[in-house]
Amino acid sequence: MKFGVVVFPGSNCDDDAVYALQHNLGQEVVKLWHKDHDLQGCDLIVLPGGFSYGDYLRSGAISRFSPIMNEVIQHAKRGGYVLGICNGFQILCEAELTPGVLLRNNGQKFICRNVHLKAETNNSLLTSGLDLDRAFKIPIAHAEGRYFTDADSLKRLNDNDQVLFRYCDENGTITDAANPNGSLDNIAGICNEGRNVFGMMPHPERAADCALGNTDGKLILEQVLNVLV
Amino acid sequence: MSSTEVLDGNALPTVETARKLGVLPEEFDRIKEILGRDPNFTELSIFSVMWSEHCSYKNSIVWLKTLPRDSERMLAKAGEENAGLVDIGDGLACSFKIESHNHPSALEPYQGAATGVGGINRDIFTMGARPIAQLNSLRFGNPNLPKTKWLVKGVVKGIGDYGNAFGIPTVGGELFFDESYNTNPLVNAFSAGIVEAGKVAKATSYGVGNPVFIVGSATGKDGIHGATFASEDITDKSNEKLPAVQVGDPFMEKLLLEATLEVIATGHVIGIQDMGAAGIICSTSEMSAKGEHGMIIDLDKVPTRQQNMHGWEILLSESQERMLVVVDKGQEDVIKGIFDKWDLHCVQIGEVIAAGANDTGRLYFYQHGQLIADVPAHDLVLGGGAPQYHREYREPAYYQEFKKFSIDSVQDVAGNEVSAVAKHLLSHPNICSRRWVAEQYDSMVGTATRTTNEPSDAAVVRIRDAARPDYEKSLAMTVDCNSRYVNADPFIGAQIAVSEAARNLTCAGAEPLAVTNNLNFGNPYVPEVYWQFVQAVKGMGKACEKFGTPVTGGNVSFYNQSSDDGPVFPTPTIGMIGLVEKPELQTPLAFQAEGDLIYLVGTPKNDIASSEYLYSYRGVKQSPAPAFDLDEEYSLQQAVRQLITSGVIASVHDLSDGGLFVALAESAMFRKLGFDITTDEGFRKDAYLFGEAQSRVLVSVKANKQQQFEQLLGGLNTAFRQLGTVTSEGFVVDGQTLIGTAAAKDLYDNSLANILEGTPEVVR
Repeated sequence: MKFGVVVFPGSNCDDDAVYALQHNLGQEVVKLWHKDHDLQGCDLIVLPGGFSYGDYLRSGAISRFSPIMNEVIQHAKRGGYVLGICNGFQILCEAELTPGVLLRNNGQKFICRNVHLKAETNNSLLTSGLDLDRAFKIPIAHAEGRYFTDADSLKRLNDNDQVLFRYCDENGTITDAANPNGSLDNIAGICNEGRNVFGMMPHPERAADCALGNTDGKLILEQVLNVLV
Repeated sequence: MSSTEVLDGNALPTVETARKLGVLPEEFDRIKEILGRDPNFTELSIFSVMWSEHCSYKNSIVWLKTLPRDSERMLAKAGEENAGLVDIGDGLACSFKIESHNHPSALEPYQGAATGVGGINRDIFTMGARPIAQLNSLRFGNPNLPKTKWLVKGVVKGIGDYGNAFGIPTVGGELFFDESYNTNPLVNAFSAGIVEAGKVAKATSYGVGNPVFIVGSATGKDGIHGATFASEDITDKSNEKLPAVQVGDPFMEKLLLEATLEVIATGHVIGIQDMGAAGIICSTSEMSAKGEHGMIIDLDKVPTRQQNMHGWEILLSESQERMLVVVDKGQEDVIKGIFDKWDLHCVQIGEVIAAGANDTGRLYFYQHGQLIADVPAHDLVLGGGAPQYHREYREPAYYQEFKKFSIDSVQDVAGNEVSAVAKHLLSHPNICSRRWVAEQYDSMVGTATRTTNEPSDAAVVRIRDAARPDYEKSLAMTVDCNSRYVNADPFIGAQIAVSEAARNLTCAGAEPLAVTNNLNFGNPYVPEVYWQFVQAVKGMGKACEKFGTPVTGGNVSFYNQSSDDGPVFPTPTIGMIGLVEKPELQTPLAFQAEGDLIYLVGTPKNDIASSEYLYSYRGVKQSPAPAFDLDEEYSLQQAVRQLITSGVIASVHDLSDGGLFVALAESAMFRKLGFDITTDEGFRKDAYLFGEAQSRVLVSVKANKQQQFEQLLGGLNTAFRQLGTVTSEGFVVDGQTLIGTAAAKDLYDNSLANILEGTPEVVR
């Protein structure tokens, strides 16, 4: 499987995603510059975390218009896999590849810390083999991560089994106290209706290396390799 | 070029104009002597900023030169480059520095702190080093004052918004509150980066005809005379200086970082320097003076944010995210291509010229076709013609008063009071968890922070090298200064600051390598303040010598005093880096498991001087620095290193603010464990538990390593005593449960948010 990590000028988790995929998962990875028009035959495109074009306007509002995003949108519409992490998820929502929006955290502050997630379904490539009873310890780092969408859209998300991850406590219980940013129904990650585009605010690539004392994120990332099995 | 050709359109300035620009009458005379004529307003402005304290270190340099500045690991000594450069082996070097942004943060905390972060990182990447981690050291007034809350929130948000977008993790720091900082907070930012040793870019300029480029942001009217502003006391008129505060753009900084590193990698860069204090004039003069060449600069070519800027405004502007780059002639297109890729300005504004017969290089600035300033570079800069003063100093009366303190004047703790002091300390803003601050910083970007999931006494960041995925070395870093100790005794207090930094690194499993210092003091023209400075520099030098950690550079910030509150506590913040050779040497501060044995290593003393307990619980504000002996400290650290390399300990945490009890609590809380210990009846209980006598660490040991551990320490001639064991729950001292683990953790974790926001942090 060939991975492409998009590099916007303000991306700052691009190298982390490359490192995790290359060194922790042993995969072939190329970087895709935002001004380029070619996905270089990649099977899965990662939109990494960061501040794509500064995000002074609204996170991801400008990036959806970048040359590479035209290609990513076409790729997604053809059924190609796309994973947006943090700023990448914000961009996916701006590009309407995933439903909903990411609002300012209800505490009005940037939050960086380990949180816990529970996978909601095995019916997506990203969560295909995950233990649904397990709480995964994954870091978040965002100021605008409060997932929101309207009631109809939320119903569709739930009806179609599109919610991939919810924030939970360390025992795996989904509680208000375990919701770090006020996300609707503790939603931390979703997929599109076609189940080929995944967006999540937490950073699995930050928990993929045993040198950092936490490999729960690697368990999540390596699910995408199941596509070949 | 004769002086009559230098035009400005204004009448020549007088000594009175000079005074308004912060230039002393004798300095004005010296300027006339250097130029051989009267300076015009532009030239006077140039001298005023270049000879300001901020740029010239004129009131500190004679003492700074007494600090140890060399070791076999030093690749660039203090003052030689934008930041210190330390050899860490394998062809790699670490560039690191700390810098203050105190005055801007006092007026505009958000932008003041943000641009402090921007400035320190540019100092690192202008050398070709990619920053890998940041720290900060913050000091504020009484946290219950509304103004303090406003300052803390603004500063923390400013650091976070800038650093988070820039994408370099903020992995640790200091936060301290005392009323002496009510008007004048201290904001010191630290950054460290890694560069291949042979590929370091220099801040120099030479090669006649080589083009001079300005790159990055356009130049605006922000921050004009910022360096001069930083060199004055804060008064009620200081708000009028708001235009002297710059505005930061972290996205631009990120672009500048990537473009700069790419340009330096081409090998065509002669010299490069970021534009911080004093803007274009500082970069052109420092680079030219170093390379002993001149420059002709056309200010009309500088991209500006607004029309009709005066020449002196363009020269002095401290607009952020700009660099001056001198490249090999003929390589212009290569350089422009890289900046174009990153959508950044890159404009040639002049060229390098030869030195004259009677000088080592002059700077000619043109605007609208006219020469508006003609100044010799060498005479503007530190180490060149900038003035250097020996200031008068005098021991302040309080120093001897503080020494009169006797522990017998304070009653020992007994009964329930032990528990009351424990809770007081756990919830005290100087001791409780910094989580409220730390979580607003991205501490994990870069996937290199090894202390997220297992904290140590210092932040540990692995050197992640894509080309060498198995690379094992990590950089440890810390910033430390207990300014209450320094105030009580600047000579001892500064030694303690260095020692604590080295101790934190040692406990983390690192070998301390080198120091960067941020000397924050009051007005240097006040002899009692200058005495604090002199004593602190002497103490720092003594301790740095002992630990073999040279001072590679840093920053002096004087005038940290206000008309209302007087000077701040003298605060010589120590930033220190160390090397963790192998991952297994990194040692946790937290207890690992129930049943492990707890030891105190080091000699306890009947001492409570300058402790948080004495100061805030007992309300005794006047006491000397805590007990400290440099040789004892050094031996202790050598012993700790042996314990770590022998692999006999499970955790180690140094005793600092709050003494033994706080060290125990912090070690226990991370894994929600408890402890059961006994004190030593040979000592007062308050001194044993809460005293801050130096040179002690808390260690936990697996039962099966006990014998090996005791044998090793016995052979090292280091005092130690078994205190008790790690338990599953509760903090028990001499059979008395002081507090349950969950209650302690709640106090410790949430007190800062409660104080600053009035309610527990709102999660939903």
